Amino acid sequence: MLTHPSQLTVWKARILEERPVPKKTVVVSNGTCGRASGSLGIIEALGRELDRRGLRETVGLEITGCHGFCELEPNIVINPEGIYYGRLKPEDIPTVIEKTILKNRVVNPLVYADPRTGHRYALQKDIPFYRKQMRLLTEDNLRIDPNRIEDYILADGYQALAKALFDMTAEEVIREVDSAGLRGRGGAGFPTGKKWQFCRNEGADRRYIICNADEGNPGTYMDRSILAANPHSVIEGMIIGAYAIGAAEGYVYVRMEAPQAVQQVTIARDQARKLGLLGKSILGSEFHFDIQIVEGAGAFVCGEETSLMSSIEGRRAVSRQRPPFPAQSGLWGYPTNINNVETWANVPLIIKRGAEWYSQIGTPKSKGTKIFSLVGKIRHAGQVEVPMGIRLREIIYDIGGGIKDGKKFKAVQTGGPAGGFLPAEFLDLAIDYDNLVQAGSTMGSGGMIVMDETTCMVDLARHYMHFTQEESCGKCVPCRVGTRQMHDILVRITRGEGEEEDLARLEDLGDSIRVASLCGLGQSAPNPVLSTLRHFRKEYVEHIKHKKCPARVCKELVSLPSQGARPAHRKAKKRQHD
Amino acid sequence: MTGLEMDDLLRGFGREQKELTQILHQVQAEYGYIPPQAIRRVAEHLNTTENEVYGVLTFYKAFRLQPRGKHLVTVCQGTSCHVRGGARVFDEMKKELGVEPGETTPDRMFSLETVNCLGCCAIGPTVVVNGTYYSQVSVEDVHSIIAEYRKRK
Repeated sequence: MLTHPSQLTVWKARILEERPVPKKTVVVSNGTCGRASGSLGIIEALGRELDRRGLRETVGLEITGCHGFCELEPNIVINPEGIYYGRLKPEDIPTVIEKTILKNRVVNPLVYADPRTGHRYALQKDIPFYRKQMRLLTEDNLRIDPNRIEDYILADGYQALAKALFDMTAEEVIREVDSAGLRGRGGAGFPTGKKWQFCRNEGADRRYIICNADEGNPGTYMDRSILAANPHSVIEGMIIGAYAIGAAEGYVYVRMEAPQAVQQVTIARDQARKLGLLGKSILGSEFHFDIQIVEGAGAFVCGEETSLMSSIEGRRAVSRQRPPFPAQSGLWGYPTNINNVETWANVPLIIKRGAEWYSQIGTPKSKGTKIFSLVGKIRHAGQVEVPMGIRLREIIYDIGGGIKDGKKFKAVQTGGPAGGFLPAEFLDLAIDYDNLVQAGSTMGSGGMIVMDETTCMVDLARHYMHFTQEESCGKCVPCRVGTRQMHDILVRITRGEGEEEDLARLEDLGDSIRVASLCGLGQSAPNPVLSTLRHFRKEYVEHIKHKKCPARVCKELVSLPSQGARPAHRKAKKRQHD
Repeated sequence: MTGLEMDDLLRGFGREQKELTQILHQVQAEYGYIPPQAIRRVAEHLNTTENEVYGVLTFYKAFRLQPRGKHLVTVCQGTSCHVRGGARVFDEMKKELGVEPGETTPDRMFSLETVNCLGCCAIGPTVVVNGTYYSQVSVEDVHSIIAEYRKRK
């Protein structure tokens, strides 16, 4: 039990002292992709081999969350050198132990080779995928076993909390976050400090804060990775936020489809409670705060803040009119502040290193870094953290290694079902909140799905519309009926039954749904359709006029089954995941 | 399901409405679905109507009113899986099992479900059978994956 801030430093020193310093440490990436690709088998093989050679005492084994380079899972890093081996098989492990651990030599065939140049990179930090990133939030994933709070303490965890509670007033914390320029990472990009201030200003005897971890955008998985890999960073951010806002209770609303995130954040919460970092008199101060974890039940609309609150209250997750905004009347009618996982995770960083340092990263209006899930037809799919203002081209080509299988870049989709498509002419766009909106898309929570010439944009618009019409909560007519109408038209077009008037109908419906829907889900639902109509109108016309699908995806419009969506040389891999 | 089992289960929860979805999660974990009798017991426990409980549980995708088959097959419908050929894998799975999503095969061996995104987008298309993940699944893989579970009976 920690009852004074100085005990954090003492504890850290003690951990350092007591923890053995192995000559080598093997770090295994064990996130969702890792497990699905076989990391558990690698861990087992490592344990077996270390036991067999009696190396358990001298070689460290660290099981961490996601390292980001999902395409090369399962992968390991060997420290202190930082040697990186990807796409490992359990049978590779004896060689790794024999050569790298015992003889200090690199196993060349296991080293990452850049598929474009053939150049081999033995060290993780040199690999182009990592080199251009700025991993302020995710770098610690390589050092932290999410089951061990001690690892977080060693990474100076909870120091920001101590600083906020004992050296700063609540107003000073809000001012710091505000002048850092942090904006909401959930998608809308609202200034976080301002949001906190609104909530604090409300006169009420009770306030709530919520961490929105209902990451529902398909193709997006940063938030669950943060929660699964470094849950204490989010919890620390929430405690600091609660102190600034004046809340005694907080909720983490986490998506049930992310079982690892649910599990890790629950373990972390319980550890924090036990140590007096949550509960009464945190670190011996006069501040009390606790966190409840609520598991969602599979409704996308819960990502929308008013629906999320209905869901926490145990009701059907239907959205409601705003204003009043949650800051005025939220959970059970009390002022409530909702932020996304990544926003909360940025808070300790800002308090620890200061607004001045933080605000130097990024563009004039978008500060800090952003984590993206770079997926789809990209060579190096994974999770990347980059400074705001980076060019799209740098993300896709320098970090992502370009398009898979020698195909041509067609577009990248950002912002999920609420976002839009950016074709090649936007490759030099500097990525920040405002530029993306200006280009007709949105930042969203950070999905970045890359398409090549074998992706049919009409089919993809139909895919998104299918998604939103199914996930509409049904409360308001424009969204419930309108999205269904748009979906049905798109189905007709992809079957070769489209009419020329359909394009005008889609635009007309889209405009009405945008204006008249009650919440963000409906207001943004037409975006993928309107955006593809803007940039890829020709493809729609091909489907309607010539009954052709240029990408050869729409099966009613191609005589032969379309090929090439997936490399044929890689077989499905069966892996255990629990 | 007996009254006593439900009593035990409900004892762990408070009586406010906010407990409802968490109770339903627990009931489903226990029985594999939400048995009709459970709805009445949950309503009594929370001092609310069966109508309210039914309304909430049918709103959310997670809850089932029918027991599911022996093996649960989940096909990811996320955008990344979709652009990597997930739609054809899904069609093939429907053909292989002869059911639509949400249905169970007549021999009660397989239930087919979809999920909007599993969050392992970099290694899709993804199929999950009873919690075992299959990555980079192709149309040709579908048959062999299912055959493995048919053999197990």
